[in-house]
Amino acid sequence: MIKNKKLILLFFSAFAILVVALTPFVGMEKIPFETILHFDSTDIKTDIFWRLRIPRVLIAFVAGSALAISGMTFQAMFRNSLATPFTLGVSSGAAFGAALYIKLGFIFSLFGIVGQTIFAFLGALISIVIIYALSKIKRGFSVGTMLLAGVAINFFFSSFILFIQFMSDFTESFSIMRWLMGGFEIVGYTDIYNILPFIIVGSLIIIFLSIELNLLTLGEDIAISRGVSVSKVKNTLFIATSLMVSGVISVVGPIGFVGMMIPHISRLIIGSDHRYLVFLNIIFGGAFLVLCDTLARTLIAPAEIPVGVITALLGGPFFIWLLINNSGDGSSI
Amino acid sequence: MNKILFDIKDLSFSISKKEILHSLNLRIYKGDYLSIIGPNGSGKTTLIKCLIRINEAPEKKLFFNNIPIEKFSQKKLASLISYVPQVTEQSFSFTANEFLMLARYPHLSRFTSVTSKDKIAVAEALDITESTNLADRQMNTLSGGEKQMVFIASAFAQGGKVILLDEPATFLDPKHEQKIYEILKTIHNQTNKTIVTVTHNINSAILYSDKIALLKDGQIDFYGESDKITEDNTLEKAYDKKFTFIKHPNSKKSIILPEVL
Repeated sequence: MIKNKKLILLFFSAFAILVVALTPFVGMEKIPFETILHFDSTDIKTDIFWRLRIPRVLIAFVAGSALAISGMTFQAMFRNSLATPFTLGVSSGAAFGAALYIKLGFIFSLFGIVGQTIFAFLGALISIVIIYALSKIKRGFSVGTMLLAGVAINFFFSSFILFIQFMSDFTESFSIMRWLMGGFEIVGYTDIYNILPFIIVGSLIIIFLSIELNLLTLGEDIAISRGVSVSKVKNTLFIATSLMVSGVISVVGPIGFVGMMIPHISRLIIGSDHRYLVFLNIIFGGAFLVLCDTLARTLIAPAEIPVGVITALLGGPFFIWLLINNSGDGSSI
Repeated sequence: MNKILFDIKDLSFSISKKEILHSLNLRIYKGDYLSIIGPNGSGKTTLIKCLIRINEAPEKKLFFNNIPIEKFSQKKLASLISYVPQVTEQSFSFTANEFLMLARYPHLSRFTSVTSKDKIAVAEALDITESTNLADRQMNTLSGGEKQMVFIASAFAQGGKVILLDEPATFLDPKHEQKIYEILKTIHNQTNKTIVTVTHNINSAILYSDKIALLKDGQIDFYGESDKITEDNTLEKAYDKKFTFIKHPNSKKSIILPEVL
């Protein structure tokens, strides 16, 4: 069994490497292999490849990985496949923070972290605090109630974002709206450097706590009785996911449903042992979002579909399918 | 006299502002098989959850080996005490073997994988609970009785000196119920582990355990040798109901006979 799991990881790694290596060549501008080796050339194709497509593919991969393992972490903590940072309103909190930053129009950074990311992180934290408080007020809060609370939080922040847009002029409003759809078309290497520390720290924390995640899926009481300091672990995981989600969202916008689909499918493929599951999510989530983005920029070329639209088109039906198959007692985990 | 394992002094505990335990005092001795009985809502589950710190008791009210329980790290505590929760409908997507391995968490260091010691502990646990044949089954495919047995096995594999159980045999058919008690007795006799079990089945408490603690309205109403529980109208007063007793032909202990309506 363990051998199989390693084999699955190996297979998906190969798949992910292929995806990352091949998709930069795909697009409106066909890029022959030879051109990418002429670093010094002024060839526009070389430029497109190295300055546009490569950073775009890289950031899509990083974002996909981060969203997938954040989703996995939430699903384990709440013991339900429907509970993800997106459905519980963490993403919209982060989106609100980032939108507010765009509207305010002042530009700052702190310890090299750009203001938009900081604002997104604070927005995500607000959502998390609300969710956390709700789950504390009443112990044994059902997941159904939790999800409804998530819907409420989403509405709450969405109306704030609408308000910000209403108060903005046409160009601000357009840039906020476009950003809200999620996409990778304006990213460059600096964006990668900006969010990579968040993603690496968050991922390492989650990888480090993968056995604790296994125990959390058994339920909090059992996890405690097996020796897990549940509140400490959960707080750490909340912060790790907030870091990652807000890092991703501040750069590429709120891309939904990746954190729901990928962890669920991964679990069907490799099982519920988070020591393996976390790595499959990183590999598969990254490759998946790169593929979605490739579709986004090729389907109606020369125009682009926002990648968030594509993931939502796939994710909506998936959500309903999960809802039908979900008995709400954590059995889908 | 055996060593005191748990010393509970003047413990009060509230859930959502409702006080469940009122200045409760109880000593649990090493090597005992103690049953905790009592009417619904008397605080049995609340008490047992305090013992493993699922419920965090106020400071200096609850001592384990003479040390306030809040001084232990959760991991250390789990290496000494294990717990079998009330039967749940909850499903687990692990095999029985993986589930037992997870119970070795308190002994795991983060950067080493499973050791042979862990494997031996798990094998022993499966053996003593007669569930070796279940090892590779998915937890979700087990029957209620089998699942409960795997839970007891996991508590054993966890390797502590004490096993706490919350109504381990409720909802089980008579055969599986008896098997649970037999296995608990075997564990108690062979390994001298302390067993503390919450139960509604007074007869099984009388027949299988050394001592009984009777909880009523969040306080200890009776504590003593298990066969003394039928004396002095203790049960009548606690449950506010008449009981008819009969001597068990084999054990000669008095047990409760169902009433005729």
